[in-house]
Amino acid sequence: MRYLFAFLRKNNIFFLFLFLEIIAIVLMTKNRTFTGSVILNSTSQFSGSLNKSYSGIIDYFDLKKTNDLLVQENAYLKNSIIQINNNYNTIIPPDTIYQYIVAKVISNSVHKADNYLMLDKGKRHGIKIDMPIISDQGIVGSVVAVSENFCSVMSVLHKDSKISAKIKKSNQLANILWDNMDYQRGTLADIPSHIDLRVGDTIISSGHSLIYPEGIMIGIVENYNTRTGSSLNSAVIKFSTDFNSLKYVYAVQNSRLEEMLLLKEEVEND
Amino acid sequence: MTRHIIINLFRFIILVLLQIFVFNHFQLMGFINPYVYILFILLLPLETPRWLLLFLGFILGYVIDYFSHSIGINIFSTVLVAYLRPVFIQYVIPKLEPGPDVSISIKQIGFNSFLTYTGILVFIHHITLFYLEIFRISYFFTTLKNAILSSIFTIILILISQYLFYSRKK
Repeated sequence: MRYLFAFLRKNNIFFLFLFLEIIAIVLMTKNRTFTGSVILNSTSQFSGSLNKSYSGIIDYFDLKKTNDLLVQENAYLKNSIIQINNNYNTIIPPDTIYQYIVAKVISNSVHKADNYLMLDKGKRHGIKIDMPIISDQGIVGSVVAVSENFCSVMSVLHKDSKISAKIKKSNQLANILWDNMDYQRGTLADIPSHIDLRVGDTIISSGHSLIYPEGIMIGIVENYNTRTGSSLNSAVIKFSTDFNSLKYVYAVQNSRLEEMLLLKEEVEND
Repeated sequence: MTRHIIINLFRFIILVLLQIFVFNHFQLMGFINPYVYILFILLLPLETPRWLLLFLGFILGYVIDYFSHSIGINIFSTVLVAYLRPVFIQYVIPKLEPGPDVSISIKQIGFNSFLTYTGILVFIHHITLFYLEIFRISYFFTTLKNAILSSIFTIILILISQYLFYSRKK
């Protein structure tokens, strides 16, 4: 026992080092399993408001670009109204399942292996965990943690992200993954090999995961090579969303989500 | 003594702010992310006890993690650098005797020693950090390339800061 104490005392710096590193490792492994709960820490009021005031300063430099984007979206919406008016008699009453909450991006990253965004809307504004986030250009991510005034969003650019997608022209299902360290491109995996997929085809969300509504733009097929002998292929897609310049995004509130989840649970329990 | 504490506290705050507001958003060619905050550990006074070095490394890593959506990875690599620092000081600048006016800077220890000392520790820090962040073996070479290029960029920034802040003093 005496030798043990002497040994500990002699190497106390090394053991302190080991102790601190073990704390770091424990924190890291926790982060990988319960991403949401730990990230909630950084959604807390202090870092949130600090990031918010920073983005308030930086925003002035991007005003012109933001303006251009808004004008573009405005034009697109105007066109849609004209189309709806033209088809007014034939159109089915628009469904009001989805409501949009506008949020501003106050911090964002695209160059890490796991990317997150922070938005300036939280519980108070109706944001809930798992809520999908989209931009006018396409898909962005889903909420993983909420505090009173802020929320953390797991970007599509995350190695655990997996989105149920479909090929617009054929309605065939596949999955969107991101693992290539390039914030402009993702992988469309699990494509059945009999599908006729061409470069330039549009990929949209399938709505099957119950997170994202159906028909949100994801991207365009950029490269597709079929391998002989395998039944599932993958393709490279270019995201329609420019993750690096996100300023304003929408959180999508699905008013019938609870009903849908309940039904799904009922079926699974039987 | 008090002067040392004030200078280092000031340096801590400045480096953390620079890291979270400037360099975390900084990406040259899409993959160069300098982690300049490690300079705080490198420039601590020579007579800093080792246990204090480790604790300061832990606190610095924690603060950076807290603001950059990551938990643990900055703590791990910063504590590692804080642990290895005295070892490299011994090898790179063996003649340097601790004293009240002795600090680690280009002026005091010369360009070559300073470059070797910062170079090695920045490389260790960046490589640990980048591999912990990716946590996958499939991107071994991409990660290595990103870590090395980012280290070089960090070292250049550190050298520039040395000439900016220490050239006026004699």
